Amino acid sequence: MRFAVVQFGGSNCDLDTQYVLQEVCGIDTDLVWHRDGLKRHYDAVIMPGGFSYGDYLRAGAIAARTPVMAEICRHATQGKLVLGICNGAQTGSEAGLVPGTFTINAYPKFISREVHLRVENTSSPFTSHYRKDEVIQVPIAHKEGRYIAGDAVIRRLNQENRVAFRFCDRDGTISEAANPNGSIENITGVLSKEGNVLLMMPHPERASEKVLGSEDGRRIFDSMIAHIEEHA
Amino acid sequence: MLIFISTRSLWYMLPDEDFAMLREVLRREPSDLEVACFENLWSEHCSYRSTRALLRTLPTTGRNVLLGPGDDAAVVRFSEECAIAIGMESHNHPSYVDPYDGAATGVGGIVRDILSMGARPIALMDPLYFGPLGEEKNRYLFEHVVAGISNYGNCIGVPVVRGETVFDPSYSGNPLVNVVCVGVVHPERFITARVKVPGSRLLLVGSSTGRDGLGGASFASRDLSEDSEAADRPSVQIGDPYTEKLIIEAVLEMAATGSVLSCRDLGAAGLAGASSEMASTFGAVIHADRIHLREEAMNPVEIMLAESQERMLLEVAPGDVLRMGAIAEKYELQWSDIGEVIEESRYVVMFHGEVVCDLPMDLLVDGAPPCAWERKPYSAEKPFARPAGSLKDLALRVLSHHDVARSDWIYEQYDKDVQLRTVSFINDAAVLRLKDGALVFSCGCNPRHIYLRPYEGTANSVLENAANLACLGAEPLCIVNCLNFASPVHPEIYWQVEQSVLGLGDMARTLDVPVVGGNVSLYNESDEYGTQIKPTPTIGMAGKGRVVKWVPPPDGCNLAVVGADTPSFGGSVLDAVTGCGGAAPPVADAGTVSAVRDLVREGRIVTATDLSHGGLCAALAKMAPAARIELGGDPVADLFSESYGRFLVAYRDESALRGLEYRVIGETGGADLRIGCSGREVRITGKELDAALSSLTAVMRY
Repeated sequence: MRFAVVQFGGSNCDLDTQYVLQEVCGIDTDLVWHRDGLKRHYDAVIMPGGFSYGDYLRAGAIAARTPVMAEICRHATQGKLVLGICNGAQTGSEAGLVPGTFTINAYPKFISREVHLRVENTSSPFTSHYRKDEVIQVPIAHKEGRYIAGDAVIRRLNQENRVAFRFCDRDGTISEAANPNGSIENITGVLSKEGNVLLMMPHPERASEKVLGSEDGRRIFDSMIAHIEEHA
Repeated sequence: MLIFISTRSLWYMLPDEDFAMLREVLRREPSDLEVACFENLWSEHCSYRSTRALLRTLPTTGRNVLLGPGDDAAVVRFSEECAIAIGMESHNHPSYVDPYDGAATGVGGIVRDILSMGARPIALMDPLYFGPLGEEKNRYLFEHVVAGISNYGNCIGVPVVRGETVFDPSYSGNPLVNVVCVGVVHPERFITARVKVPGSRLLLVGSSTGRDGLGGASFASRDLSEDSEAADRPSVQIGDPYTEKLIIEAVLEMAATGSVLSCRDLGAAGLAGASSEMASTFGAVIHADRIHLREEAMNPVEIMLAESQERMLLEVAPGDVLRMGAIAEKYELQWSDIGEVIEESRYVVMFHGEVVCDLPMDLLVDGAPPCAWERKPYSAEKPFARPAGSLKDLALRVLSHHDVARSDWIYEQYDKDVQLRTVSFINDAAVLRLKDGALVFSCGCNPRHIYLRPYEGTANSVLENAANLACLGAEPLCIVNCLNFASPVHPEIYWQVEQSVLGLGDMARTLDVPVVGGNVSLYNESDEYGTQIKPTPTIGMAGKGRVVKWVPPPDGCNLAVVGADTPSFGGSVLDAVTGCGGAAPPVADAGTVSAVRDLVREGRIVTATDLSHGGLCAALAKMAPAARIELGGDPVADLFSESYGRFLVAYRDESALRGLEYRVIGETGGADLRIGCSGREVRITGKELDAALSSLTAVMRY
């Protein structure tokens, strides 16, 4: 099994994500410089957090138009796993991997905070290690993380069980007060139609070791590994 | 033959006596570029003309110091496998003229200083000193400085893990934006900023050069006049954190090859500053026409002195030039081979085959004649007048002062977690895990105390940083500082500078911690507001400890104040909110600090926090907001005195405190903060505490 963490110019969670996969989860993980492309078979591709191209124009807008993105989309079309974290999620939505957009926070400042998430979907390749409605703690760190989409899209996402995570309070209640960035219906993790792409604003790699305060995020990677093993 | 380029009179700000001296030493008229080089390199910002002799009194050596002051950054051994590179800078004047870009480029500059040692930057700290937020202009400056730091630091992926904010009317019109950066590097593989081998090539990597920031070094050495915003706007550079991030990765990749002989970032006085200082061990020939530019028709003075950001200068062997160039290109960075190191101690600049600068190296980098300033002591302490108002009212006013209030509005804008090292963040000091231990940081000083007693105040500020580290059980490794003062033209100000440096040095010797680097920022005055800043010798301290997180004590712990109190109100937050006056604290006993550090390290007490801004009142609000307290003495002194070397500790076994001077004051738990004194109880509810401590957020988040 082998994962790829794609590095765009300005990615800055690339080394963190590789470290967690390799040292904490024990999975061979390559750092792939975007200009080198996906040169071998990867079971999963991760687009890490950061500020690709300095967030110039719009967060993720330029990275989504690099040649490697076409390869990542092809990888997704083949049913293989793609995880976009923070800037990776912004990039993935710019590339149309899931519907909707991550845009500037309702209070238009960068926000770095521990938040609680309610796990809405436990059947996807990314979330099978969670219990339904489980409350997990994972940090966020973004300025353009407010998820928005049209009513029809939101309805479809809900019907198709494609919302992976919502911001909630400590007890799992979904409220305005527990919504740090103004996302519609507190949505902060969205799955593709086939379920093999997850785009999320919170940083699971920052919640993968007890010493850093939470191990709740690690189960996303563990779920992915289990899924790949089952389908090998 | 020397070519003279006609430039605007803007350049000729070199003092007449310097100009006369130059003419005499060179025995000819200096060229325009030469004058400009001296103008910048002999400025206070680059040459420390006013402070050099004083700075020599500081203790700068120690068994762990691998490289002390004088390079881009200091290098201090952390373990067998790891050293830290550490530096501190100010970006005060640019941050007033253009707060967002001024603060951002301040971060960029210090990060490149660390990078030029071949170290990966892993953490930033930002001490900020501003005018009161009641004033709209101060809010504007503060909001955009925080945004500038946030955007730049977040984008390059270096976490801001610590800071300090002090609000005082003396900073209206001249806020201070200081920044500490720390990096990690193998103790045997760091790079210095001094050329090593004649014949090697000098590569300029990074952004193209434009006319931005021309004359920035000399700009920083003047006070801010009323029209500075408009007239000096071209002196402020615009940062590009995206390019900085690419430079970080590219330079680290180059450094990892072992082929980078020396490296320096381009900061004050641009390429002229960087190349002349870097080449001072030998000499250099720079070809100003080989530099990648972004503007047309730039003359050599502009090219050599522009302060375009995100540029690095590297010395490499001729055979390694293409290999290093290829690494730059991988990261889509431009680069130029702009000159070579020569044996002779001369600094030569060529432009299209003509010599436009030819100077003896030592004159340029070490020749600035020191300035002698007069000094005159003053006394500003007022007798203590007991403030009116109930104890509760005073407590809430102190807690809602912006120095004491919660600063989450600021810190939530900084990505504190990137790089996965931040273990503890909130109280006293930041803890970052490294492979073999924890790096623990603190920064700050208390300008109101220092104003009243510059020597004692500065010594105590050093001790206070050590006390912050002690709360996490960590031992100081090294100190960096940023000496921010008003103009040394005033004898009282130069006395402040002298007393502060002496206080800094003496406490550093007492603690046996070397002062490994720093920066001097003078002329912090404002014509617009008629203000001189309070003396602000900010301290940054790095220490070594275990990987622990600061956690508030659970209910049912006993509370005690450890350390001797000499009731001191002068310069306290109580003084700031009531004008009560009083004496500033005397120099505290360093013994208590090391004793508390040992107790924390040995796990013999549950939690400790040191008493600083806001005294015991602030410490209780932060560490034990629900507790029952019984005060024995004068409640105003007990709650608001700000003498140093004291801690609020939570413990279960009182025998841990044996041998220390301490006073048991109560226990944690229950609802609200209940403070009893002489049979009466003051009750501050959780809601009231929260409202007071949210004052900064309330004023900034509109």
